[in-house]
Amino acid sequence: MSNRGRTEFLERGSYRQRRFRDAARMVPLFAAVMMLLPLMWPRAQTDQSLTSSGIYYLFGLWVVLVVIAFALSRVLQFETPDDSAEGAGKKGGDE
Amino acid sequence: MISFNLLVFVSIAYVVFLFAVAFAAERRAAMGKTAWLRSSAIYTLSLSIYCTAWTFYGAVGYAARSGLEFLTIYLGPTLVMIGWWWLVRKLVRIGRTQRLTSIADLISSRFGKSTFLGVLVTVLAIVGTTPYIALQLQSVTQSIAVFAASSGEVWEAGDLNGAAMWVAAGLAVFTVLFGTRNLDAHERHHGIVLAIAVEAVVKLFALIAVGVFVVWGVAGGIGPTMDLIDASAQSQWAPQPSRWIGLIFVSAAAFLCLPRMFQVLVVENSDERTVSTASWAFPTYLLLMSLFVVPIAVVGLDLMPAGANPDLFVVTLPLSEGREGLAILSFLGGFSSATSMVIVATLALATMVSNHIVVPSWLNARTPGAVVSGDVRDVVVMSRRISIGVILALGYIYFRLSGGGGALAAIGLVSFTGVTQVLPAMIGGVFWRGANRWGAGAAISIGFAVWAWTQFLPSFGVDAVISQAVFDQGPFGINWLRPYALFGIEGIDPFVHAVFWSMLLNTGALIVVSILTFPNPLERLQGAQFVNVYDYSSGARTWSQSAAQAEDLLVMAQRILGGAEAQSIFQAEARSQGKDGFLPDVTPDFISRLERELSGSVGAATAHAMMAQLTEGAMVSVDDLIAVADETAQIMEYSSQLEAKSAEQDRTARALREANEKLTALSIQKDAFLSQISHELRTPMTSIRSFSDILRDGEIEDEARKKFAGIIHDETNRLTRLLDDLLDLGVLESGQVQLNIGEGTLAEVLDRAIMASGVAPDDLVISRRAVNEGVPLTTDLERLAQVFINLISNAAKYCMADDPELRIIVRQINGQTVVDFCDNGAGVPKESQSMIFEKFSRLEDAGKAGGAGLGLSICRQIMTALGGDVTYLPGQGGAGFRVTIPAAVALAAQ
Repeated sequence: MSNRGRTEFLERGSYRQRRFRDAARMVPLFAAVMMLLPLMWPRAQTDQSLTSSGIYYLFGLWVVLVVIAFALSRVLQFETPDDSAEGAGKKGGDE
Repeated sequence: MISFNLLVFVSIAYVVFLFAVAFAAERRAAMGKTAWLRSSAIYTLSLSIYCTAWTFYGAVGYAARSGLEFLTIYLGPTLVMIGWWWLVRKLVRIGRTQRLTSIADLISSRFGKSTFLGVLVTVLAIVGTTPYIALQLQSVTQSIAVFAASSGEVWEAGDLNGAAMWVAAGLAVFTVLFGTRNLDAHERHHGIVLAIAVEAVVKLFALIAVGVFVVWGVAGGIGPTMDLIDASAQSQWAPQPSRWIGLIFVSAAAFLCLPRMFQVLVVENSDERTVSTASWAFPTYLLLMSLFVVPIAVVGLDLMPAGANPDLFVVTLPLSEGREGLAILSFLGGFSSATSMVIVATLALATMVSNHIVVPSWLNARTPGAVVSGDVRDVVVMSRRISIGVILALGYIYFRLSGGGGALAAIGLVSFTGVTQVLPAMIGGVFWRGANRWGAGAAISIGFAVWAWTQFLPSFGVDAVISQAVFDQGPFGINWLRPYALFGIEGIDPFVHAVFWSMLLNTGALIVVSILTFPNPLERLQGAQFVNVYDYSSGARTWSQSAAQAEDLLVMAQRILGGAEAQSIFQAEARSQGKDGFLPDVTPDFISRLERELSGSVGAATAHAMMAQLTEGAMVSVDDLIAVADETAQIMEYSSQLEAKSAEQDRTARALREANEKLTALSIQKDAFLSQISHELRTPMTSIRSFSDILRDGEIEDEARKKFAGIIHDETNRLTRLLDDLLDLGVLESGQVQLNIGEGTLAEVLDRAIMASGVAPDDLVISRRAVNEGVPLTTDLERLAQVFINLISNAAKYCMADDPELRIIVRQINGQTVVDFCDNGAGVPKESQSMIFEKFSRLEDAGKAGGAGLGLSICRQIMTALGGDVTYLPGQGGAGFRVTIPAAVALAAQ
């Protein structure tokens, strides 16, 4: 990698981090909408509102959410104040 | 058939195992090996106390009754955990920086370390949690009863109660042993956390084992299970939107607000990174716990006899299928769920009770201002132990009173909605700096009241606490206060009704009251610390004077934290200050850090109070800070006064300098005056002596003798006049002039002056306006005339115009009579105008002046003595003098 490439990579990195944080904030909203979605399912006929479909949908959604949360926890970087070294000034990922 | 004794033996063995695990964890922690105890896995598993016996037994019952609705209870916490970046992360950070010990501590600490709010939240938590503890006791005894029944024994109510009491006693012992073992600055309990982590594994394993058995062992695989579900009574899934939303909301809120959840989520957390892992691991745990709930419920409904309690399918199903080992495992899973919940909930409540009720009361009961004496540590530990006993006893009593009836899920939801009343204050406190203690107090009180009225009290059943009449007509016939139809709105699901109204009024009260009232300074400080926790990670800082001695502080800290811990804190502080030994300098930083350490043991409000007590008021509260600010303002004012004073001194110095300059000038003037006067006297004296010499020698003609004698006479006259003037001036300047006050008109004085001046009309034309001159005067008319004479003869002498003219104009200005003497001559040059009133000042020696330059000077002195003035009046086309005569009244007063 050239020098220029490295600099570019760092800038992209911090930019990515901010977008990952945005994603971390958005995930619960997305999840909430998806959890409420079944309320709008058509239920005119009995085979449209089977509990088994609900199980497939909700557990499927659950797995998707877990995967997203897992991915985010891998890529999100954040600093935490050390237990012993408090008071070392501003920390944390928020700006 | 399973032996009941075997079950008892297995249970006891399991309990012993848990004790051993907890003990081992404490040992390892004491040896400093806490790394793996603080791992993400342990943290995630400890969160699983969310899944109580209500989940283990109740979820299946819930699913058997209401289908998929039970999932909402797990979807809510899933939302919270995957949204950890919003709230959980912030709570954990606040918990660490503020050394929070409980949710009551969070609320109390945020709102100005308010004792009242701490008590309020504690009471709410006890009321909300006691039924929940009763529920756990009930589930354990019911499951024991199932085994007893299967081994041929029929349990009476007394047996159930006995079992419940034994379980409660055992839990109390465990909690006291591992929950109040150490009173450290972090309120973390490694033994308990590890034990509940083990229990978490056991209950998950047990539930999955039963689930796998049911799906593959009984139903015959996933496909057949799904078919079975679609053929069951719960085949249709038609969620009621308001309940679906309300349940997800309440479960999410309860996940944050339940005292036991706050304990494991925030208080026991020692590393924020573990939250990141838990954000996906805990939803996974919940998913696995929920996965087999519907199949177990459906298969249970299919296989078990009608009327069997679906809450116990998890145990009864394996038993009925002859899988006794699985049944015992399942029992242990349920036992684990119940016990871990009870242990942590009791511990959390006991901490709250001791920190927010017992210790503050104990401190209050002491003489105010007295230094803390006696072992606080003992008081705190004892109060916690007693609280644990009391809370479990309350749970047991509730269990006895409720008679063990009712569906488990109903009690769980009542409890959830109750603790949710803390949510608005918590969210408001963490995100809104404007939220204050009045708002929080009003919010929690109103929420508490509405919850109690619409859900808690009705949950005891009709006619138990609230009579049927009140349900139908409202209390005292007030229709709009009916518990299930507040404000007359009927037909809402009772659960949704309670949640909606309590949260609406609760949040509304928080916002409205916070907006209308003012927070105290400490609240504002804490508010900033909480809301902007990422900027303030250095922790709370309260300003304080270092009046407290390090030794006193050490003595107190030892009483609370224990000798070793306190000494290590002091030693570390001393070292960081570059000192040896245990006694650091008492800096404000150190005091606030120590307070935070103490608050980790006894809560923020108590620690604050104790520090204040010890330092005997030297510990400066924010009120004092305001006083200090006032003091600063005073100092600033003082310094500005000094500044003003020094400015005044500058002015004085300047005045003195000016006076000095004036004196110097006067001294020069005096010298000039003396030389002038010597000169003025000498000139006539010289001529008098010379001519008198000639006359004495006698050889002169008659004519010449007459001439010389005339010269001598003139010069003598001149000398006399000069001496008269000097005498006059001397008298006037010394202010000893005798005024001869008389009455007359201005016209008379002017007439006299013109006549006395002896000015011939050929030499000077004097124009007057008699109309204006009839002004009556009460003054020294002679002296005034003298001034006029002087001015008129000056005009006659110095006016060099071809047709000299003097205008005398009389005016009334501001109640004063003004007489202007203006001629048509060359006037006085501008640079000389300020000089002409000085002694011996003459513009030029015109020869005919015949004076020593004292005339105008005398005029001014006379006018000053008369209370008036004479000034030069420029711009009159010639020389102009203005004589100001004061009003008669003013003069008379002199």
